Amino acid sequence: MSQGLLAILFGAIFVNNILLMRFLGLCPFFGVSTRFSTAIGMSSAVLFVMTFATWITWGIYQLVLVPGSVLLGGILPQGLVFLRTVSFILVIAALVQLVEMFLKKTVPVLYSALGIYLPLITTNCAILGVAFLVIDNKFGFLQGTIFAIGTAFGFGLVMILFAALRERLELAPISKSFRGYPIAFIAAALVSIAFLGFTNMFGISP
Amino acid sequence: MSADVDNPEVTSEEAKEFLLPQKPKGESGWKIFSKGIILENPVLILMLGLCPVLATSTTARDAAGMSAAVLFVLLMSNIVVSLFRKIIPNEVRIPVFIVIIATFVTIADYTMQAYQPGLYKVLGIFVPLIVVNCIVLGRAEGFAYHNGVWPSILDALGKAIGFALAIVIMGSIREILSKGTWFTLKIAPEAFQKNAVLFFGLPPGAFLVIGLLKAGINKIFKREG
Repeated sequence: MSQGLLAILFGAIFVNNILLMRFLGLCPFFGVSTRFSTAIGMSSAVLFVMTFATWITWGIYQLVLVPGSVLLGGILPQGLVFLRTVSFILVIAALVQLVEMFLKKTVPVLYSALGIYLPLITTNCAILGVAFLVIDNKFGFLQGTIFAIGTAFGFGLVMILFAALRERLELAPISKSFRGYPIAFIAAALVSIAFLGFTNMFGISP
Repeated sequence: MSADVDNPEVTSEEAKEFLLPQKPKGESGWKIFSKGIILENPVLILMLGLCPVLATSTTARDAAGMSAAVLFVLLMSNIVVSLFRKIIPNEVRIPVFIVIIATFVTIADYTMQAYQPGLYKVLGIFVPLIVVNCIVLGRAEGFAYHNGVWPSILDALGKAIGFALAIVIMGSIREILSKGTWFTLKIAPEAFQKNAVLFFGLPPGAFLVIGLLKAGINKIFKREG
């Protein structure tokens, strides 16, 4: 696929927004988007881990798992593609722990800001989802990086938009059975309709 | 790594009970099985594992395919975890659970790719993503690791049927409204099919349907949140 980098970037942020169009990473979306500050913390942690995870999983797939790969091509000509799911999830889990330890030692300021969000990210389906999508779309290294960064920005954009919305919803007089999740879903539906307007921007459809 | 447990994303007490390790309570088999279907429905009551519910409920058939994959993975992982619960060391249990779950996810992934290529194309990355579904990992950690094989089977069946019920209801509502069909059977009059509400087949429709469903459930069970 030889999409332009700009199209990949804006496609990932707006047209195929990870939360509203692809439905990945909804747990932090509904769980953490209640406050502006937590939404920002979570989004920066996602940006950080998503980029790293995409690099590592892309490298593993292209160097080890793919048929005829550089490292194992001589021994296993059929490749190890069937190990994709298990290797990616284990690598992401290990990566998150490593990033956590590294930040704790070297950048304590950043650690104190992102600390509590990092462990949550292991089970965040957005990270693993982006790793799979980069492989499925046959992106190269640069395209994959741009895609991961764009996706993380799209995640952050909607998280922050939604945090502002929900801070107001808390004060609104909402009928009892609609409080909490139901009204959050309906607000998400409205924001999602707005994002439908980006369809066919740069000739990309969801 | 047991992210789901002390997790600000999981707010309700019931959801914590679902994910945290529970000592065997000596409940009857029927109670273990039936709890997950309505009263502790993982999706509609506890709001866990939402991504596949919204993403793969465009039609009832997609929803049923996704439910079958989740049923298989949940049942097999619960059986294997409960069989090996005395051998798995406590310190590395979560990575072990993940490897067990990922194995069955890969089996489901390749089987669906081989025998149901059309369905596989629609479900896309959501089949391999079952590996991070918190219902599956939550039951391995919260139930199967502390209980015998037979209760674990009942628990997995109950939870999977609860998941299937939620996602098939969503898929049916969205398919009937957006296409006028149900499991690809034409059930609505010709005039409706020509002017069907396409909105419900699109992503915002999924949010709206689950929001209204949840509000209805809150009203019936006199719940909040």
